Amino acid sequence: MIQDMQPEDIVGDFKEATLNLYGGIKRKVLYTDIETPYPDGKLIVSTTDPTGVITHVNQSFVEMSGYTEVELIGAPHSILRHPDMPSAAFKDLWDTVNRGQKWQGFVKNLRKDGGYYWVKATVIPNIRKGEVVGYTSVRRKPSQSKVEECMRLYPTLL
Amino acid sequence: MSFKFTVSPDFTPDHLSGWYIFNTWLQKQTGLAIHLEIYDDFVAQRKAIADDNVDLIYANPFDAAMLVREKGFFPLVKPDGESDEAIIAVNSGNPVQDVTHLSSGIRVAYTDDPDVRMMGMIMLEPGDLDESNIQSVHSDTYILVAKHLLRGEADVGIFLAEAFDDLSAVIQKQLRVLVRSQIGVIHHSLMLGPKLFERREEIRDCLLQMPNEPKSLGVLESLRFNRWVTVDDEEMEFMIDLMDTLII
Repeated sequence: MIQDMQPEDIVGDFKEATLNLYGGIKRKVLYTDIETPYPDGKLIVSTTDPTGVITHVNQSFVEMSGYTEVELIGAPHSILRHPDMPSAAFKDLWDTVNRGQKWQGFVKNLRKDGGYYWVKATVIPNIRKGEVVGYTSVRRKPSQSKVEECMRLYPTLL
Repeated sequence: MSFKFTVSPDFTPDHLSGWYIFNTWLQKQTGLAIHLEIYDDFVAQRKAIADDNVDLIYANPFDAAMLVREKGFFPLVKPDGESDEAIIAVNSGNPVQDVTHLSSGIRVAYTDDPDVRMMGMIMLEPGDLDESNIQSVHSDTYILVAKHLLRGEADVGIFLAEAFDDLSAVIQKQLRVLVRSQIGVIHHSLMLGPKLFERREEIRDCLLQMPNEPKSLGVLESLRFNRWVTVDDEEMEFMIDLMDTLII
Protein backbone atom coordinates (compact mmCIF):
# COMPACT_ATOMS: atom_id res chain seq x y z
CA MET A 1 0.00 0.00 0.00
CA ILE A 2 1.26 3.45 -0.85
CA GLN A 3 -0.66 6.69 -0.44
CA ASP A 4 -0.29 10.24 -1.67
CA MET A 5 1.71 12.44 0.67
CA GLN A 6 -0.39 14.72 2.88
CA PRO A 7 0.30 18.46 3.39
CA GLU A 8 -0.21 18.12 7.16
CA ASP A 9 2.82 15.78 7.31
CA ILE A 10 5.13 18.25 5.57
CA VAL A 11 7.55 20.52 7.39
CA GLY A 12 8.27 23.80 5.58
CA ASP A 13 7.41 25.15 2.13
CA PHE A 14 6.87 22.39 -0.38
CA LYS A 15 6.51 21.63 -4.06
CA GLU A 16 4.32 18.97 -5.60
CA ALA A 17 5.00 16.27 -8.20
CA THR A 18 3.31 13.10 -9.42
CA LEU A 19 5.55 10.07 -9.76
CA ASN A 20 4.95 7.05 -11.96
CA LEU A 21 6.21 4.19 -9.82
CA TYR A 22 6.99 0.57 -10.64
CA GLY A 23 3.85 -1.50 -11.15
CA GLY A 24 1.87 1.32 -12.75
CA ILE A 25 1.34 3.11 -9.42
CA LYS A 26 0.97 6.90 -9.46
CA ARG A 27 1.84 8.83 -6.31
CA LYS A 28 1.55 12.52 -5.48
CA VAL A 29 4.63 13.60 -3.52
CA LEU A 30 5.27 16.82 -1.65
CA TYR A 31 8.88 17.81 -1.18
CA THR A 32 10.96 20.53 0.44
CA ASP A 33 14.57 21.73 0.31
CA ILE A 34 15.31 20.55 3.85
CA GLU A 35 18.11 18.00 4.08
CA THR A 36 18.51 15.61 7.00
CA PRO A 37 22.23 14.79 7.28
CA TYR A 38 23.11 11.10 7.29
CA PRO A 39 24.17 10.13 10.84
CA ASP A 40 27.78 9.00 11.36
CA GLY A 41 28.42 5.32 12.00
CA LYS A 42 24.96 4.02 11.12
CA LEU A 43 23.64 1.74 8.41
CA ILE A 44 20.09 1.84 7.10
CA VAL A 45 18.97 -1.71 6.43
CA SER A 46 15.85 -3.09 4.80
CA THR A 47 14.67 -6.19 3.02
CA THR A 48 11.92 -6.55 0.46
CA ASP A 49 10.09 -9.41 -1.18
CA PRO A 50 10.85 -10.11 -4.86
CA THR A 51 8.36 -7.43 -5.96
CA GLY A 52 9.99 -4.68 -3.87
CA VAL A 53 7.50 -4.68 -0.99
CA ILE A 54 9.24 -3.94 2.33
CA THR A 55 9.42 -6.89 4.73
CA HIS A 56 11.98 -5.63 7.28
CA VAL A 57 13.45 -2.28 8.34
CA ASN A 58 15.92 -1.40 11.06
CA GLN A 59 15.63 1.50 13.50
CA SER A 60 17.89 3.75 11.40
CA PHE A 61 15.51 3.30 8.45
CA VAL A 62 12.58 4.37 10.61
CA GLU A 63 14.46 7.39 11.99
CA MET A 64 15.74 8.63 8.63
CA SER A 65 12.57 8.05 6.61
CA GLY A 66 10.24 9.62 9.18
CA TYR A 67 7.72 6.78 8.76
CA THR A 68 6.79 4.33 11.48
CA GLU A 69 7.71 0.67 11.09
CA VAL A 70 4.00 -0.15 10.72
CA GLU A 71 3.72 2.31 7.82
CA LEU A 72 6.80 0.87 6.13
CA ILE A 73 6.18 -2.87 6.35
CA GLY A 74 4.03 -3.86 3.39
CA ALA A 75 4.71 -0.62 1.48
CA PRO A 76 6.65 -0.64 -1.79
CA HIS A 77 10.27 0.49 -1.36
CA SER A 78 9.45 3.32 -3.79
CA ILE A 79 7.78 5.07 -0.83
CA LEU A 80 11.20 6.76 -0.57
CA ARG A 81 11.32 7.81 -4.21
CA HIS A 82 12.29 11.47 -4.64
CA PRO A 83 11.24 13.35 -7.80
CA ASP A 84 14.86 14.46 -8.32
CA MET A 85 15.92 10.82 -8.87
CA PRO A 86 16.00 9.76 -12.54
CA SER A 87 14.02 6.65 -13.46
CA ALA A 88 17.12 5.38 -15.25
CA ALA A 89 18.86 4.83 -11.91
CA PHE A 90 16.10 2.51 -10.70
CA LYS A 91 15.88 0.72 -14.03
CA ASP A 92 19.61 0.04 -13.73
CA LEU A 93 19.06 -1.17 -10.15
CA TRP A 94 16.36 -3.65 -11.14
CA ASP A 95 18.19 -4.81 -14.27
CA THR A 96 21.31 -5.45 -12.18
CA VAL A 97 19.70 -7.34 -9.29
CA ASN A 98 17.51 -9.32 -11.69
CA ARG A 99 20.77 -10.63 -13.18
CA GLY A 100 21.66 -11.79 -9.64
CA GLN A 101 24.29 -9.09 -9.21
CA LYS A 102 25.00 -6.44 -6.62
CA TRP A 103 23.91 -2.85 -7.41
CA GLN A 104 25.48 0.22 -5.90
CA GLY A 105 24.64 3.87 -6.37
CA PHE A 106 23.97 7.22 -4.76
CA VAL A 107 20.33 7.93 -4.05
CA LYS A 108 18.37 10.97 -2.87
CA ASN A 109 15.56 9.65 -0.69
CA LEU A 110 12.30 11.38 0.20
CA ARG A 111 11.21 11.58 3.84
CA LYS A 112 7.65 11.50 5.08
CA ASP A 113 8.00 15.17 6.13
CA GLY A 114 8.97 16.17 2.58
CA GLY A 115 12.68 16.54 3.36
CA TYR A 116 15.43 14.45 1.84
CA TYR A 117 18.63 12.57 2.64
CA TRP A 118 21.39 11.24 0.41
CA VAL A 119 22.72 7.70 0.80
CA LYS A 120 25.20 5.36 -0.78
CA ALA A 121 22.99 2.33 -1.40
CA THR A 122 23.88 -1.28 -2.08
CA VAL A 123 21.24 -3.82 -3.07
CA ILE A 124 21.72 -7.57 -3.42
CA PRO A 125 19.32 -10.41 -4.21
CA ASN A 126 18.65 -12.83 -1.33
CA ILE A 127 19.13 -16.26 -2.84
CA ARG A 128 17.86 -19.29 -0.92
CA LYS A 129 18.14 -22.76 -2.46
CA GLY A 130 18.74 -21.16 -5.84
CA GLU A 131 15.63 -18.94 -5.71
CA VAL A 132 15.51 -15.16 -5.29
CA VAL A 133 13.31 -14.70 -2.22
CA GLY A 134 13.83 -10.97 -1.85
CA TYR A 135 16.38 -8.19 -1.75
CA THR A 136 18.53 -6.65 0.98
CA SER A 137 19.35 -2.98 0.75
CA VAL A 138 21.98 -1.35 2.94
CA ARG A 139 22.58 2.38 2.92
CA ARG A 140 25.59 4.15 4.34
CA LYS A 141 26.85 7.70 4.62
CA PRO A 142 27.95 8.98 1.19
CA SER A 143 30.90 11.22 0.46
CA GLN A 144 29.91 14.82 -0.18
CA SER A 145 31.95 14.98 -3.38
CA LYS A 146 30.05 11.97 -4.81
CA VAL A 147 26.73 13.55 -3.83
CA GLU A 148 27.75 16.77 -5.59
CA GLU A 149 28.61 14.77 -8.74
CA CYS A 150 25.15 13.19 -8.65
CA MET A 151 23.49 16.56 -8.09
CA ARG A 152 25.08 17.69 -11.37
CA LEU A 153 24.43 14.43 -13.25
CA TYR A 154 20.91 13.39 -12.26
CA PRO A 155 19.03 16.43 -13.64
CA THR A 156 20.50 15.61 -17.06
CA LEU A 157 18.92 12.14 -16.89
CA LEU A 158 15.40 13.24 -15.96
CA MET B 1 37.11 -39.47 17.04
CA SER B 2 38.38 -36.06 18.01
CA PHE B 3 36.84 -32.81 16.81
CA LYS B 4 38.63 -29.52 16.32
CA PHE B 5 37.43 -26.24 17.79
CA THR B 6 38.89 -22.83 17.07
CA VAL B 7 38.14 -19.25 17.95
CA SER B 8 38.42 -16.21 15.68
CA PRO B 9 41.89 -14.81 16.43
CA ASP B 10 40.60 -11.29 17.08
CA PHE B 11 39.63 -11.62 20.73
CA THR B 12 41.60 -9.84 23.41
CA PRO B 13 44.21 -12.07 25.11
CA ASP B 14 42.39 -12.06 28.46
CA HIS B 15 39.57 -14.02 26.81
CA LEU B 16 41.90 -16.91 25.99
CA SER B 17 41.64 -18.77 29.30
CA GLY B 18 37.85 -18.46 29.06
CA TRP B 19 37.80 -20.39 25.80
CA TYR B 20 39.88 -23.23 27.30
CA ILE B 21 37.49 -23.39 30.25
CA PHE B 22 34.55 -23.40 27.82
CA ASN B 23 36.08 -26.21 25.77
CA THR B 24 36.60 -28.38 28.87
CA TRP B 25 32.99 -27.72 29.90
CA LEU B 26 31.68 -28.55 26.40
CA GLN B 27 33.53 -31.87 26.30
CA LYS B 28 32.04 -32.87 29.66
CA GLN B 29 28.54 -31.91 28.57
CA THR B 30 28.60 -33.65 25.21
CA GLY B 31 31.00 -36.56 25.79
CA LEU B 32 32.83 -35.46 22.65
CA ALA B 33 36.61 -35.24 22.41
CA ILE B 34 37.22 -31.67 21.28
CA HIS B 35 40.63 -30.12 20.82
CA LEU B 36 40.87 -26.32 21.02
CA GLU B 37 43.38 -24.97 18.53
CA ILE B 38 44.13 -21.25 18.60
CA TYR B 39 45.63 -19.82 15.42
CA ASP B 40 47.92 -16.81 15.42
CA ASP B 41 46.10 -14.99 12.65
CA PHE B 42 43.25 -15.16 10.15
CA VAL B 43 45.46 -16.54 7.38
CA ALA B 44 46.44 -19.57 9.46
CA GLN B 45 42.85 -20.08 10.59
CA ARG B 46 41.46 -19.87 7.06
CA LYS B 47 44.00 -22.46 5.90
CA ALA B 48 42.82 -24.80 8.66
CA ILE B 49 39.20 -24.27 7.54
CA ALA B 50 40.14 -24.85 3.90
CA ASP B 51 41.92 -28.09 4.91
CA ASP B 52 38.78 -29.26 6.79
CA ASN B 53 40.62 -29.08 10.10
CA VAL B 54 37.86 -27.18 11.91
CA ASP B 55 34.58 -28.67 13.19
CA LEU B 56 33.45 -25.97 15.60
CA ILE B 57 34.32 -22.28 15.40
CA TYR B 58 33.56 -19.03 17.14
CA ALA B 59 33.61 -17.20 13.84
CA ASN B 60 34.21 -13.67 12.72
CA PRO B 61 31.21 -12.47 10.65
CA PHE B 62 33.54 -11.85 7.74
CA ASP B 63 34.18 -15.61 7.51
CA ALA B 64 30.54 -16.67 7.94
CA ALA B 65 29.73 -16.70 4.20
CA MET B 66 32.69 -18.92 3.39
CA LEU B 67 31.89 -21.28 6.30
CA VAL B 68 28.22 -21.66 5.34
CA ARG B 69 28.41 -21.59 1.55
CA GLU B 70 31.71 -23.33 0.88
CA LYS B 71 32.20 -25.56 3.91
CA GLY B 72 28.64 -26.50 4.88
CA PHE B 73 28.76 -25.01 8.40
CA PHE B 74 25.61 -24.28 10.40
CA PRO B 75 25.02 -21.49 12.92
CA LEU B 76 24.42 -22.43 16.54
CA VAL B 77 24.39 -19.43 18.86
CA LYS B 78 25.73 -15.93 19.49
CA PRO B 79 26.38 -14.12 22.76
CA ASP B 80 23.27 -12.21 23.80
CA GLY B 81 23.47 -8.44 23.36
CA GLU B 82 26.92 -8.47 21.75
CA SER B 83 27.65 -7.01 18.34
CA ASP B 84 30.84 -6.05 16.57
CA GLU B 85 31.27 -2.30 16.37
CA ALA B 86 34.20 -0.21 15.17
CA ILE B 87 35.70 3.11 16.20
CA ILE B 88 37.67 5.67 14.22
CA ALA B 89 39.99 7.51 16.59
CA VAL B 90 42.76 10.09 16.32
CA ASN B 91 45.38 11.49 18.68
CA SER B 92 43.62 13.96 20.99
CA GLY B 93 45.99 16.69 19.74
CA ASN B 94 44.82 16.22 16.16
CA PRO B 95 42.69 19.23 15.15
CA VAL B 96 40.47 17.10 12.87
CA GLN B 97 36.91 16.94 14.22
CA ASP B 98 35.18 14.96 11.48
CA VAL B 99 36.17 12.26 8.98
CA THR B 100 35.20 14.61 6.16
CA HIS B 101 38.13 16.81 7.21
CA LEU B 102 40.67 14.02 6.66
CA SER B 103 42.80 14.22 3.53
CA SER B 104 43.97 11.58 1.10
CA GLY B 105 47.37 10.10 1.90
CA ILE B 106 46.67 9.82 5.65
CA ARG B 107 48.21 6.95 7.57
CA VAL B 108 45.57 4.54 8.90
CA ALA B 109 46.50 2.00 11.58
CA TYR B 110 44.45 -1.19 11.86
CA THR B 111 44.76 -4.85 12.72
CA ASP B 112 43.95 -7.77 10.42
CA ASP B 113 40.52 -8.17 12.09
CA PRO B 114 38.52 -8.24 8.84
CA ASP B 115 35.07 -7.11 9.91
CA VAL B 116 36.38 -4.24 12.03
CA ARG B 117 38.65 -3.08 9.25
CA MET B 118 35.72 -3.21 6.81
CA MET B 119 33.46 -1.19 9.13
CA GLY B 120 36.28 1.28 9.73
CA MET B 121 36.89 1.80 6.02
CA ILE B 122 33.16 2.34 5.47
CA MET B 123 33.24 5.07 8.12
CA LEU B 124 36.14 6.74 6.28
CA GLU B 125 34.27 6.79 2.95
CA PRO B 126 32.45 10.08 3.66
CA GLY B 127 35.93 11.64 3.64
CA ASP B 128 36.56 10.21 0.13
CA LEU B 129 39.07 7.79 1.62
CA ASP B 130 39.54 4.23 0.47
CA GLU B 131 42.30 1.65 0.09
CA SER B 132 43.69 3.51 -2.92
CA ASN B 133 44.45 6.79 -1.16
CA ILE B 134 45.46 5.86 2.38
CA GLN B 135 48.73 4.54 3.75
CA SER B 136 48.20 1.35 5.73
CA VAL B 137 49.93 0.98 9.07
CA HIS B 138 49.44 -2.67 9.87
CA SER B 139 49.39 -3.48 13.58
CA ASP B 140 49.30 -6.83 15.35
CA THR B 141 47.05 -5.66 18.19
CA TYR B 142 44.74 -2.79 19.08
CA ILE B 143 47.22 -1.68 21.74
CA LEU B 144 49.70 -1.16 18.91
CA VAL B 145 47.09 0.78 16.91
CA ALA B 146 46.82 3.11 19.92
CA LYS B 147 50.61 3.35 20.21
CA HIS B 148 50.95 4.32 16.54
CA LEU B 149 48.50 7.17 17.17
CA LEU B 150 50.24 8.29 20.36
CA ARG B 151 53.66 8.28 18.70
CA GLY B 152 52.41 10.17 15.67
CA GLU B 153 53.14 7.20 13.39
CA ALA B 154 49.51 7.06 12.21
CA ASP B 155 46.89 9.77 11.72
CA VAL B 156 43.83 7.58 12.23
CA GLY B 157 43.25 4.28 14.00
CA ILE B 158 40.52 1.71 13.41
CA PHE B 159 39.56 -0.14 16.59
CA LEU B 160 37.15 -2.85 17.63
CA ALA B 161 34.95 -0.73 19.94
CA GLU B 162 35.30 -3.28 22.76
CA ALA B 163 39.10 -3.18 22.45
CA PHE B 164 39.09 0.62 22.49
CA ASP B 165 36.90 0.65 25.59
CA ASP B 166 39.34 -1.81 27.23
CA LEU B 167 42.30 0.56 26.74
CA SER B 168 43.57 2.12 29.97
CA ALA B 169 42.12 5.48 30.97
CA VAL B 170 45.56 7.05 30.51
CA ILE B 171 45.72 5.94 26.87
CA GLN B 172 42.08 6.74 26.13
CA LYS B 173 42.62 10.28 27.42
CA GLN B 174 45.24 10.84 24.74
CA LEU B 175 42.91 9.69 21.96
CA ARG B 176 39.68 11.09 20.56
CA VAL B 177 36.84 9.16 18.93
CA LEU B 178 35.73 10.62 15.59
CA VAL B 179 33.07 8.00 14.81
CA ARG B 180 31.68 4.98 16.65
CA SER B 181 29.62 2.58 14.55
CA GLN B 182 26.08 1.72 15.65
CA ILE B 183 25.34 -1.16 13.32
CA GLY B 184 24.02 -3.73 15.79
CA VAL B 185 23.55 -6.67 13.42
CA ILE B 186 27.12 -7.79 12.74
CA HIS B 187 28.23 -10.33 15.30
CA HIS B 188 30.46 -13.32 15.94
CA SER B 189 28.68 -16.69 16.03
CA LEU B 190 29.47 -20.15 17.26
CA MET B 191 29.15 -22.39 14.19
CA LEU B 192 29.40 -26.11 13.67
CA GLY B 193 30.70 -28.11 10.73
CA PRO B 194 29.06 -30.97 8.85
CA LYS B 195 30.75 -33.70 10.93
CA LEU B 196 28.91 -32.46 14.02
CA PHE B 197 25.59 -31.70 12.31
CA GLU B 198 23.77 -34.62 13.97
CA ARG B 199 24.63 -33.19 17.41
CA ARG B 200 23.54 -29.65 16.50
CA GLU B 201 20.32 -29.43 18.52
CA GLU B 202 21.80 -31.24 21.51
CA ILE B 203 24.83 -28.92 21.62
CA ARG B 204 22.65 -25.86 21.15
CA ASP B 205 20.36 -26.93 24.00
CA CYS B 206 23.38 -27.35 26.30
CA LEU B 207 24.59 -23.87 25.40
CA LEU B 208 21.18 -22.23 25.89
CA GLN B 209 20.82 -23.86 29.32
CA MET B 210 24.13 -22.50 30.59
CA PRO B 211 22.73 -19.61 32.69
CA ASN B 212 20.52 -22.07 34.62
CA GLU B 213 23.38 -24.08 36.13
CA PRO B 214 25.83 -22.42 38.57
CA LYS B 215 28.92 -24.16 37.17
CA SER B 216 27.95 -23.45 33.57
CA LEU B 217 27.16 -19.85 34.49
CA GLY B 218 30.73 -19.56 35.79
CA VAL B 219 31.98 -20.77 32.40
CA LEU B 220 29.90 -18.11 30.67
CA GLU B 221 31.29 -15.50 33.02
CA SER B 222 34.82 -16.56 32.14
CA LEU B 223 33.91 -15.72 28.52
CA ARG B 224 32.39 -12.43 29.70
CA PHE B 225 29.02 -13.39 28.17
CA ASN B 226 25.63 -13.29 29.90
CA ARG B 227 24.03 -16.05 27.86
CA TRP B 228 23.94 -17.53 24.39
CA VAL B 229 20.97 -17.02 22.08
CA THR B 230 20.04 -19.06 19.02
CA VAL B 231 21.17 -18.02 15.57
CA ASP B 232 18.88 -19.78 13.11
CA ASP B 233 19.71 -20.43 9.49
CA GLU B 234 17.76 -17.43 8.18
CA GLU B 235 19.37 -15.02 10.65
CA MET B 236 22.76 -16.23 9.49
CA GLU B 237 21.75 -15.88 5.83
CA PHE B 238 20.55 -12.34 6.58
CA MET B 239 23.93 -11.44 8.12
CA ILE B 240 25.78 -13.02 5.20
CA ASP B 241 23.69 -10.97 2.74
CA LEU B 242 24.35 -7.86 4.81
CA MET B 243 28.10 -8.50 4.85
CA ASP B 244 27.90 -9.05 1.10
CA THR B 245 26.47 -5.55 0.63
CA LEU B 246 29.35 -4.10 2.62
CA ILE B 247 32.25 -5.91 1.00
CA ILE B 248 33.24 -4.18 -2.20
